[in-house]
Amino acid sequence: MPFWTIVYALLFYVATAILIGGLGYRIRLYAKTPAPLKIPTTPAPVTMQGVVLRMFREVAFFESLFRSNKWIWIFGYLFHFGMFLVLARHLRYFTNPVWTWVDLIQPFGMYAAFAMVAGLAGLWARRVLVDRVRYISALSDHLMLALLMGIALTGMSMDYISHTDIVSLKAFFLGLMYFSWQPIPEDPLLLVHLGLVATLMIIFPVSKLLHAPGVFFSPTRNQVDNPREQRHLAPWAAELEK
Amino acid sequence: MADFEIPELKEYPVIPTIQEGVMAHSKPFVAKEEFQQALGFPGKLVDNWQQVAIDKMGELSGKYRSLAVFLDSCVKCGACTDKCHYYLGTSDPKNMPVARQDLYRKVYRRYYTFAGKYFPKLVGATDLTKEVLDDWYSYFHQCSQCRRCSVFCPYGIDTAEISMAAREVMDCIGVGQKYCNEIIAKVYKIGNNLGLPEPALADTLEGLEEDIEDDTGVKVRLPLDEKGAEVLLVTPSADFFAEPHVDGLMGYAKVFHESGISWTLSSHASEAANFGMFIGSYENMRKVSLRIREAALDLGVKRIIFGECGHAWRVAYSFLNTLAGPFDFLDPKYPVPQHIMEFTYDLIQRQAITLDKSANDDMVLTFHDSCNVARASRMGPMPGGQFILPREVIKASCNHFYDMPQDTIHDATFCCGGGGGLLTDDLMEIRVKGALPRMEALKHVVENYGVTHMAAICAICKSQFTKVLPYYGFKMDSIVSVHQLVSNAIVLGNKQ
Repeated sequence: MPFWTIVYALLFYVATAILIGGLGYRIRLYAKTPAPLKIPTTPAPVTMQGVVLRMFREVAFFESLFRSNKWIWIFGYLFHFGMFLVLARHLRYFTNPVWTWVDLIQPFGMYAAFAMVAGLAGLWARRVLVDRVRYISALSDHLMLALLMGIALTGMSMDYISHTDIVSLKAFFLGLMYFSWQPIPEDPLLLVHLGLVATLMIIFPVSKLLHAPGVFFSPTRNQVDNPREQRHLAPWAAELEK
Repeated sequence: MADFEIPELKEYPVIPTIQEGVMAHSKPFVAKEEFQQALGFPGKLVDNWQQVAIDKMGELSGKYRSLAVFLDSCVKCGACTDKCHYYLGTSDPKNMPVARQDLYRKVYRRYYTFAGKYFPKLVGATDLTKEVLDDWYSYFHQCSQCRRCSVFCPYGIDTAEISMAAREVMDCIGVGQKYCNEIIAKVYKIGNNLGLPEPALADTLEGLEEDIEDDTGVKVRLPLDEKGAEVLLVTPSADFFAEPHVDGLMGYAKVFHESGISWTLSSHASEAANFGMFIGSYENMRKVSLRIREAALDLGVKRIIFGECGHAWRVAYSFLNTLAGPFDFLDPKYPVPQHIMEFTYDLIQRQAITLDKSANDDMVLTFHDSCNVARASRMGPMPGGQFILPREVIKASCNHFYDMPQDTIHDATFCCGGGGGLLTDDLMEIRVKGALPRMEALKHVVENYGVTHMAAICAICKSQFTKVLPYYGFKMDSIVSVHQLVSNAIVLGNKQ
């Protein structure tokens, strides 16, 4: 088996294990930690259906951010939904035969990459140019943008500058999934692209990328406004009553 | 007038450029040993304070999901950076919500996250040093826990939760804030924030009854500790003597009088405020709340109604059932607790009271949404009722009402600048500067609509404005209670 195939095969097994294990651990922790008090930011929905709708608007449209700052909203939205389409487009490397809807979005996925880069560039520009955002930025905040930008640019380069052997690449990933390893195309751009992606997967559960699961657990957004109707009591608070 | 610069009111709000450290000197007095101990905290800084603090931080992250999620989720997008009234009024970057949270987050990261343990520089994690503690004491007492940042955060991160946690940690190592802790100790000892004992309270209420009779010729009662009354009214103790609070209290009394529903105040629970929330102490908040339960049981009332107070209404509406429930011994026909605004609004809707709007014709009014009412509670059955009910009550009581600009009212309202346990003279500078955005919005309606008075439904807002309005060239008595307007307009003796 070629050297790079072994390295990348192991890398992706490790990265996937860390991503899933780490996220699972974090999500379990959030779910297990009690929310002792009702703290939805009001006006808040008075029913569970209402909360689901509020959460949907938050996740699908970034509702609060829209109210907050139009520039961050535009750049953030371009980036996230560009990335979403790009990721969906990549499903073709992991499915055989390729699902119809994945086939259909292929052309959109290519434009989405530009949206993703434009969004990242805008967010990064704000981080450097706006004094308030510059003040709150740590080195890791810049590196995170660099990492995402690197992933996007190397990926796009393989579309527009130097193609890689995507048939072999698909065979490599399907091989990983079915534990029958196939050689990876030893194309430097591809290896850098995949290396950065694996890095992102590994740091996901220990970084601010936790905002992705975090938003669903945010008590100010996911609680029903019904404290007078239903008594809400955390287990540790119930102990105080004994 | 002041030994600091009073911000200039601009025509349009301007987001200031950052000026590092300009408010680092702002620190409230530290609580004395006896008051710390009354609350179950060590009297002074404990020897191994770092370890105690770090352990406490871990304990709190395990007890509060808000904290666990909020500390991990911030992406430093900057959406909150221009939302805090204290940042807008001071330009100090540590008053930007995210930077305030980071004072706590950077320590949490250092001790509780992989990245912070092994790559502290990379993620901006730091040890808990004396300098960091000083920063905590300074800047977590420049947060009024108003939740405006939480409204605008894409993940709903609420800096109030973090500042409450930080204050709890500081209390647990013996560095409490004098104003809050002394007041809570007074509630335990006497029953209210002001330390007004039962005889003095009875005397005050009697005086108010005489005032109303002199003024209107009608004998309106303000009963105290009357067993068997239908309603227990719990109101902030400032209502008993401060201006314009007391005018609101007389308003409640007149409304009850006209409604024909019997009511009483309690000397045991003579305080609606619950500063336990400000210091983030569930135990102390619960202990203060339980006095209300005890009073309700002792007096055998059927309903509990709260007077005009912002954070008190948050604790009452959102937490009381949790802290001191279940209230299955009260009349199930009514929500527990109710706000006096819900009570009065209902009477107006049913035309059970008569209001003569012209009695307030000497005023052109606007309304200040109090932060805890706006963003942490509700009135009535529908979301947003907390904005509608007070405005409807005001409009039913006067002829001239104008709202302040949209981005400064409802859930985007600006804090008065004195909430969250900052209503103390040793924090005058931050209080005045923090009032800037509200003062700019007020100036707008004063100049455009000839507004003369601003109504509020919070004891802290009323006290704060009385004090800071003059700094900005407004008259100190241009702040009024909503039930003061009702009091002026209500026609007594109409319904019998």
